[in-house]
Amino acid sequence: MTMQAFSWSRWVAIIVKEFIQLKRDRLTFGMIIGIPVLQLILFGYAINADPKRLPTAVLAADAGPYSRSLLAAMQTSGYYRIDRFVANEAEIDELLAHGRVQFAVTIPENFGRKLVRGERPALLLEADASDPAAVGNAVAALGQLANTALARDLQGPLAELAPRAPPFDVRIHRRYNPEGVTAYNIVPGLIGTILTMTMVLMTGLAMTRERERGTFENLLSTPALPIEVMTGKIMPYILIGLIQVTLILAAALLLFEVPMQGNPLLLYLVVSLFIAANLSLGITFSSIARNQLQAMQMTFFFFLPSILLSGFMFPFRGMPEWAQWLGSVLPLTHFLLLVRGIMLKGNTVLDLLPHLWPIMLFMVVVIGIGLALYRRTLD
Amino acid sequence: MNDYAIDVQGLNKSFGKKHVVKDFSLQVKRGEIYGFLGPNGSGKTTSIRMLCGLLKPDSGSGTCLGYDVVRETAAIKREVGYMTQRFSLWEDLTIRENLDFVARMYSMTDRSTAVPAALEQLGLTERRDQLAGALSGGWKQRLALAACMLHRPRLLLLDEPTAGVDPQARRDFWEEIHALAAGGISVLVSTHYMDEAERCHRLAYIAYGSLLATGTPDEVLHRVSLSTWAVSGPPAPLAQLAPKLHGLPAIAHVTAFGSTLHVTGEDEAALDQALAPFRADPQLSWRRAEPTLEDVFIHLMPKTNGAPQ
Ligand SMILES: Nc1ncnc2c1ncn2[C@@H]1O[C@H](COP(=O)(O)OP(=O)(O)OP(=O)(O)O)[C@@H](O)[C@H]1O
Ligand SMILES: [Mg+2]
Repeated sequence: MTMQAFSWSRWVAIIVKEFIQLKRDRLTFGMIIGIPVLQLILFGYAINADPKRLPTAVLAADAGPYSRSLLAAMQTSGYYRIDRFVANEAEIDELLAHGRVQFAVTIPENFGRKLVRGERPALLLEADASDPAAVGNAVAALGQLANTALARDLQGPLAELAPRAPPFDVRIHRRYNPEGVTAYNIVPGLIGTILTMTMVLMTGLAMTRERERGTFENLLSTPALPIEVMTGKIMPYILIGLIQVTLILAAALLLFEVPMQGNPLLLYLVVSLFIAANLSLGITFSSIARNQLQAMQMTFFFFLPSILLSGFMFPFRGMPEWAQWLGSVLPLTHFLLLVRGIMLKGNTVLDLLPHLWPIMLFMVVVIGIGLALYRRTLD
Repeated sequence: MNDYAIDVQGLNKSFGKKHVVKDFSLQVKRGEIYGFLGPNGSGKTTSIRMLCGLLKPDSGSGTCLGYDVVRETAAIKREVGYMTQRFSLWEDLTIRENLDFVARMYSMTDRSTAVPAALEQLGLTERRDQLAGALSGGWKQRLALAACMLHRPRLLLLDEPTAGVDPQARRDFWEEIHALAAGGISVLVSTHYMDEAERCHRLAYIAYGSLLATGTPDEVLHRVSLSTWAVSGPPAPLAQLAPKLHGLPAIAHVTAFGSTLHVTGEDEAALDQALAPFRADPQLSWRRAEPTLEDVFIHLMPKTNGAPQ
């Protein structure tokens, strides 16, 4: 193989060509603006969601006045709608398992008597936390109730129980999702998933489109080097990714008042790196796939674990070790931590380093694979 | 470097189990226009792709412009102009953007003058900002041709460049090809048109992967001794005659040209004898005709085994 030097002229030619083609492709352009806006509205609803009047079952082993006050307070908080009273724990399990109730409250035997004696009886609240957004606020409200609900009842000789520690403990078991997801998790997650999705997909189609339209034969008959074609083709998408991020960030700051503690420039730097990593993967998929459909399938094959194992959907530390290991290969995992670090904690470059290099490594490896598998012939 | 623009021996190519090009050897001299003929699916496009480095031969060796066809494909690509059979420029780029792109890909330093000049020569200056996809089939073909010649290659590999092109444009094209060849550029051009075959310096005829004949048009014509009769007359008796002639052992094939039938056979005496009974018909007039290249090619075709599936 005769060696040939990288040519800037050819590289620029490919970038210009991709830009023009992208400009003329209305559908893709719509997708670029449409996807972030659409997802923002969808997820934005989730961020604002403060669901009220959630179905609640009660197992009351003590039907005394304190219990009644407590249940009344729960109702008036607006979060709980006490639908039914059950007789035993098995029923609670059944109701939660089938999703008929969101919460189950168990008032232990002798709740009132223990309360009066100052024994701080335990009130068990079981929540179906498989939909954490639905549970969070209601649970927080109950904590407040513990302090205030019985204040009226605890007077006279019992008054000493009221002010200091809550007169009883609230024990919360978040079933199905031990850590829960905070609302702020969603904006970094949204940036990450939208970028993963659109960047990988769009570049995934870039090369296969040439192949399907027959223009690949022409491209291949020119002296263009694989590295020129691959990197040239991803350049315009870096800009597009940055536009998408700006759209999401603007909305996140304006609509949802997500804090921005760190340096915005640093954020954009991290975002650019993440975009480049995803584009490399897309273009590599594109070199492997025979047609656009295959490229699309590969994209989804990558997208799903990215969502599930990155800590976007489920808390990263809650996953089994092998899943964490798998998750730590994915750029999205590190990206989420980086963005949260910058936006919420105000992290600096030094803090971020441990999560920057895995993304770079991913990119280098993926580009290497792509170059190795790039079809230099029509075979 | 030898005198040959193309000099390859024993190229083979299979797709899966299908042996598509078998022991392909070809020598094209500098400044020569070499016609490449053969029925559909006979391996013309595949052979051309191997010559310009788009397909890797399974076996065989050779050079293109002095560069090894297997190892030095990058150098070959720089100096060869390849026109694909199917339109392969970018339909969502304008005519000028396409030419600009090609000029940049070949790092042409005089791009700003070369592209307008090419547009002018094509007669597309006015329409330069139209999308290439909006051009008619023939114009696409002409644009593709201009694009592959833009970087002034020393060897042109043209895969059916004039398919769908009108007669005037075809004539212009062949004039230009001859002018280029006179300037020392070599051309390998595949075609299904016999009049174009006759305008080549040399021809190669390939069928089902095997090269069957090479030589000047005259040599190819006389490679097989064929004799041909031309029968003319009113449509009705001609139409009745044709089925009777088909299947006679002395007759290789019967071809209709409007009000004339060409009847061709290998053995002159046997042909005359077989036709004798029909010559009595007063409505028909018979005369001896020169066999054409087409007669020769049609004659060569069915003899090869391994017809396409
Ligand atoms: N990429 C490929 N994969 C599998 N088979 C192929 C491929 N390319 C060509 N073929 C087969 O190789 C044979 C030769 O094809 P080729 O395109 O070279 O013929 P051709 O002489 O150019 O025909 P035409 O006159 O129709 O253009 C055909 O049978 C075709 O089906
Ligand atoms: Mg062909």
